[in-house]
Order: sequence, then C-alpha cells, then structure tokens
Amino acid sequence: MRITEHPILEFLRGEEISFFYNGQELKGFEGETIAAALHAAGVKVLGHSHTMHRPRGLFCAIGNCSSCLMVVDGEPNVRICVEKLKPGMRVETQQGKGSLK
Amino acid sequence: MKEIEVLIIGGGPAGLSAASAAANLGASVLVLERDELPGGQLVKQTHKFFGSKKQYAGDRGFQIGNLLIEQCKTSAKVEVWTNTTALGIYEDGVVTAESQDEHVKIKPKKIIVATGASEKMIVFPNNDLPGIYGAGAVQTLMNVHGIVPGQRVLMIGAGNIGLIVSYQLMQAGVEIAAIIEAAPAIGGYLVHASKIRRAGVPILTSHTITEAYGQESVEGAVICKLDENWQPIQGTEQDLKVDVICLAVGLSPLTELCFQADCRMKYVPELSGHVPIRDEYLETTRPGLYVAGDVSGVEEASSAMVEGRLAGISAAYSLGYGLEAAPKLQEEALAELNELRSGPAGHKTMKGIMKLMDKGEVVC
Repeated sequence: MRITEHPILEFLRGEEISFFYNGQELKGFEGETIAAALHAAGVKVLGHSHTMHRPRGLFCAIGNCSSCLMVVDGEPNVRICVEKLKPGMRVETQQGKGSLK
Repeated sequence: MKEIEVLIIGGGPAGLSAASAAANLGASVLVLERDELPGGQLVKQTHKFFGSKKQYAGDRGFQIGNLLIEQCKTSAKVEVWTNTTALGIYEDGVVTAESQDEHVKIKPKKIIVATGASEKMIVFPNNDLPGIYGAGAVQTLMNVHGIVPGQRVLMIGAGNIGLIVSYQLMQAGVEIAAIIEAAPAIGGYLVHASKIRRAGVPILTSHTITEAYGQESVEGAVICKLDENWQPIQGTEQDLKVDVICLAVGLSPLTELCFQADCRMKYVPELSGHVPIRDEYLETTRPGLYVAGDVSGVEEASSAMVEGRLAGISAAYSLGYGLEAAPKLQEEALAELNELRSGPAGHKTMKGIMKLMDKGEVVC
C-alpha cells in the first residue's frame, strides 16, 4: 500500500509505468526499485527456498541478504531490492539457482 | 588504474564526513558508494537528532544527510562514485571495485573503511516467513519509497531503532500491536518511548517472540513473558494477529573488508561484534587503513559523523596536509566523541573501546 499523506515526508514519484510480474501486467513508478513496486502491488512472496521450498520475501531491502533474488528480463539472481524498475520489464519468480550464459 | 590520495569505502554519515574533512585540509578524495545515491541510512531518518549543535542536533536525519552530500558535491577535491561496490583490498595496496558493471582498480595512498553495519537476526520458528523485515528495510520501504509494509506490526526490540521505526510506522498510518523487548528495561531514549506509549501502544519488557505463523506470509505471532533468568514463563503466551514482524534487535559491523585486508580483529560484545583493532586516531593495524562509523563499533549516526571527521583529518595529516591545523582538529573531534559517549548508552561504547585497545585476547 502506498502512503499518500505523510506529516514529514513528501514522495516525489516518477512517471507511472507498466511492467510484467510472471506475465501479469502491473503498474509501478519509474525510479523505484522492483521490490518496492511489487510490494505496493501486494506481492510479498518473491520466491521459494531451493531445498525446503519455503516462501521467501523482502528482508533487508539494501542488497545485503539475497532473500529477494528473481529473474529480470531473463537474467537470474537479480537483487530486486536494489534493481530499478524500467518500463516493460519482465520480472519472474526464479526456479532453482539460475545459470550463467 | 585510478590513483587517489584518500579512498573512502562507504558514502554514509561516516564516509561523507571523512571526505569533507580530508578535502578541507587539501587531500584529493574518492568515495565509493554501492547505492545509487550517497547518504547511507541517514537519508531514511525522519526524526530529529540529539547532541550539540556541532552534531546537527535538532535537524532531522535526512536533512543532515542532504547537507553532507551537498558539502561533498561542492568540494572540488571530492569525487563520489555511486553504484560502486568495493570488492577487495590487496597486499600491494590496490583496491578493486565493481563500478556500474565494470571491474575497476584503484591505487590509493590511504584508505578509510566506512562500510557501516548490517542487521542482526534472532532465532524463532518461522523466522524466514515473508512479512518479517529488518527495521532498516521497513524504513527503506516507508521513508524512501513511500510504501507501508502491512497493516499491523509486531516490533521486536525497544532500543532506539525499534522505538523510532515504530513511531515512523504510526506516522505512516500503520497500527503497532506491541513493541516487545527481552530485557527488563527499555533500551532507547525515554522521550521516544513516551511518545509511543501516549498513543496507546504497549511496550512489553521481559517479553520475547516464541513463534511466527502463516502459510505463505506472516499471519500472526505468539509472544510470552520472560522470568529474571530470561526463560519463558508457561501460561503467559499471547497470540497477536499481525501481518508484519519487524526486527530491531541490533546491528553487526560490516567488517568483511577489514578481515580481508588482514587488519587484526577482536570480538567485543559492547561494540556489537568483531571489530578491527585501531589507535585513537582510528588507524588499524594495517598502516594507512582507517575505520570510521559502525564498522568500528555500532553506535549512533552522531558519533559516526565525528569518527568520520577524525579519520579524514588523520588520513590527510599523515599525507602531510594541515600540519598546523590538523592536531588541533583531531583533539577537538576526540573531545566531541568523549562528550557524545558520556551518557549511559555511551558508557557501553567506552567500555568496548577500552577492551579493544587492550593488547590482550586478540582473536584473529
């Protein structure tokens, strides 16, 4: 959920853009991270752990913890908490560890 | 290969303060910042700072961050590389980094490591469920992106971070079910705690979380009371319906680069983990490598800024800059640090630094 009114801060959001989450079209704002846009759209489960298949979500939001790895425009293991959203981006849940090209 | 006099790794409050201080004495400075923007965690702080005017008391964190960024921007001697992550410090003094997807090499004369800290985790069943965040993540989501993490929050930890982030959540319209703290007393400033209690949010001391539950993300948490030996008391369990659990249980210094650079390290609980041994001017056992801010022991941003200034002055002075001015500036910074650490919270830091400077018990 996005904050619309805040007693101290003013949020200068970029242009509204479309992107794709597992094929589904969602809206976000240019300049924010992929994680922020997914969160605002109510997506909390970003993937599942390899062995136990437990749900994984956003934890640190600054690129430390690797809990938010997803496939972005075909590239696996992208830390979506620090990767910026771009128009038309394809964001997909990652299966497995991903491989080098 | 990029050559520079002073290389600063980390563009948060300590790193930016170090940059201005070294540049003011005449040294050429390069700051590496892994994020898109410098400022570190300061830019996410909406509360007003304490201390004296010298440490920007009365200003809000993000305003101080903007001021430090501005000081570096206007200095012809300071260069800031953003989207740049330092990778290693080698025996021959070369530092490697990933900068905007390129591998780069830097040859500095002096290095200041100001990498900050990362959040600690605590152990309880289902602590990996989506909806459980570090307090810093909640601040990033809320104060940078303007997005709330959920509807109803259980905050774990009543230190200053737990209290401040709870208040920020309330300002953003989120309900706080409770703040729990395992210790028998609130760790943060009473002024923060009072604001929260006045709004009707319970702060439960001697309480811990026994489990989180939920299918795909957090749906609730069970908390219980602890006895004087920190053991759960049977029958005191409470079930809280929350969709967010926020962990504010402390920070660990981000010392990987110090370990890798072969600085002698020591485990000091009062400083929140392994920290490099350093002299009073913040030079580590590796000559020419200084530390400043949370990486040298977790404290508040106010002391991180003064440590940054001290490290910056010391690095520039060792290169022959400010031969007249530097010693006086160093003493001033040391006096400010002593003053900042004179309160009850600072007592712990002082004890930690004493242990650190003690030559015995070197771990690594």
